Amino acid sequence: MESKGAAATPACAPAPNQKAPDGATIVAGIDAGSTAVKLVLDDGNRRSVWQRPSGWSPGETARELLQEALAAWGRKREDVAHICGTGYGRVNLPFLDSAVTEIACHARGAVHLRPGAQLVIDIGGQDAKGILVGATGRVLDFVMNDKCAAGTGRFLAVMAHALGMEVAEMGALVPGEGLPMAGIHPHPINAMCTVFAESEVIGLLNQGVDRRAIIAGLHQSVARRVAAMVARLGASGPVLFTGGVARNAGVGAALEKELGCPVEVNEQSPFAGAIGAVLIAREKAAG
Amino acid sequence: MTVIAEERPYAMSFFDVAIPKAAGSIVEEKKKGKKVMGHYCVFAPQELAMAAGAVPVALCATKEEPIADGEKVLPRNFCPLIKSSYGFAITDKCPFFLHSDLVMGETTCDGKKKMFELMGQFKPMHVMSLPAGSKSEADRAYWMAEMKRAKGAIEEFFQVTITDEALTTAIGELNAERRLMQRLAGYLKHDPAPMSGQDLLKVLWSRNFSFDRAAFAERVEELMAELDERIAQGVGAAAKGAKRIIVTGVPTGVGTEKVIRIIEESGAAVVFLENCAGMKQFLVTVDETKPPLEAIGEKYLATPCSCMSPNRDRLELLVRLIDEYKADGIVDITWQGCHTYNVEARLLRDYIREQREMPVLHIETDYSEGDSQQIRTRVQAYLEMLGGV
Ligand code: SF4
Ligand code: SF4
Repeated sequence: MESKGAAATPACAPAPNQKAPDGATIVAGIDAGSTAVKLVLDDGNRRSVWQRPSGWSPGETARELLQEALAAWGRKREDVAHICGTGYGRVNLPFLDSAVTEIACHARGAVHLRPGAQLVIDIGGQDAKGILVGATGRVLDFVMNDKCAAGTGRFLAVMAHALGMEVAEMGALVPGEGLPMAGIHPHPINAMCTVFAESEVIGLLNQGVDRRAIIAGLHQSVARRVAAMVARLGASGPVLFTGGVARNAGVGAALEKELGCPVEVNEQSPFAGAIGAVLIAREKAAG
Repeated sequence: MTVIAEERPYAMSFFDVAIPKAAGSIVEEKKKGKKVMGHYCVFAPQELAMAAGAVPVALCATKEEPIADGEKVLPRNFCPLIKSSYGFAITDKCPFFLHSDLVMGETTCDGKKKMFELMGQFKPMHVMSLPAGSKSEADRAYWMAEMKRAKGAIEEFFQVTITDEALTTAIGELNAERRLMQRLAGYLKHDPAPMSGQDLLKVLWSRNFSFDRAAFAERVEELMAELDERIAQGVGAAAKGAKRIIVTGVPTGVGTEKVIRIIEESGAAVVFLENCAGMKQFLVTVDETKPPLEAIGEKYLATPCSCMSPNRDRLELLVRLIDEYKADGIVDITWQGCHTYNVEARLLRDYIREQREMPVLHIETDYSEGDSQQIRTRVQAYLEMLGGV
């Protein structure tokens, strides 16, 4: 699978010269998240991924992205047999043929990316979810955070801002031999609420606590919250980490520690929802 | 073929306005010299009020609006039901509270228990103490003593004697109503369900505010006749084969039917409301062969509320209901700050999975609409899951 825009820069132009064989049936999956809109086109032989920041209107962004991606493939809307949408913004996408929740889509996408996965941890901009999946990608049970932002991408974004850095910079700080985080111990962040945690972080900075220790503490805080939530599912098999925050290796490492088991990340993890949607679109197109 | 009703049963128009109407009729009742006893909970033995010649009226509030007032006194991170009830009480905005001569409280959860202490500072009250459990001999004896104490307090307050005959009459009246409600709820066993869960809630909820019980019963009979016709015509409030959901958990009355509405808007049928705003109070009748006060005490003590520890009855009841109503799923609602239902959610989830291999959707929310979109996603994901997506 080719991935367009999986790089650190979120904006992404569809690549040229990607013509699909004429006549092949195209299906599309769109994940309109709160932070980014992700699109997957699939013609049966090939699959491409596009993404762009959601902006003020995820619906508008999704429409543009679809147009541009189709243009890059030299195809038209009429050539698309089925568009399945998911994510927070799916309700504002009038051009969809079907809408499926991100829970079902992430489950489907995750099992495609990592056959045999039993637990999917999806952390996106607004939500953190744990999904127990069956072998075919069917959802067996799930848990989701309440309306509080702790344990979500939003939490990390607010903290990155307090620390005067980009989320991506923060996420790149991974513990490990020879890395900048080597020997750094997480400084515990006690506040659960995002607003209080922000004050706590600012207070710690003022006390001269090492920024890296604070960052490690923040990753630990997200991981603890999510680990406590998914514990209710009682999963024991392979764990795949999906959603935008899966890019943050620090959170992944902290999750491994909290769960006490390996947490896998696939390079396509951030797109698992859109991939799930395209797989469902393919099934629906087939009838 | 199933016809999904675009129109609700015609008889619902009575229940649509029953509560606003009751706000006026309580004033009428008072003018006629009727005494009113407000109560909060399903544990309150309404027979005692009736036998004393008073009208029992439910005060448990399910409106967002008075919460800000409630928060002036109560902690913010408190159950919205308590904050709403208290907000209504201190602002005189609830005609039912305002016109209650006596208010009966019950020491159920800790939040309510302490709230009643505050309330007692400005309203004539009698608070019944609940035992922590309902099964042991000691607990039963304790509750029976509380029943006698309540009877005495009501007699003293209203200056009447509550006779066994009056209690027996009240039992007969309320038992007839309980059976009526059971029959009504039973209509939702049909597929497609001939009326929505939201409408069932409305009927059950208006019951708490209808002072003319006979007139109310007549309207329910009318509604049931209409439901018979709908069943004969294959008309349903949801499509035939729609996922059938039982709602349980905290009291979710009219004004807080958010989750029930979202479930039905997502295409499923809510076929039973197990909670206190729903059928909980109507499921068990008072044994008419036993001495009245004792029999009444037994019925109320058998309320399967999470304030009781342990509360296995609720779990077992739900399994029975799953079978009876051929339910596909259970949605368990907890108000933020409600510790008993929140913890019991875990017990429930495990028990139902063990007994019927059915996943339970637990939703923790409050009276605001701020999380509707998120709840919608959860409910839809749950329905997708039940449908095998
Ligand atoms: S849930 Fe329990 S405490 Fe609340 S009204 Fe019902 S019986 Fe009373
Ligand atoms: S919902 Fe829970 S916290 Fe609120 S009054 Fe009822 S039992 Fe108490």
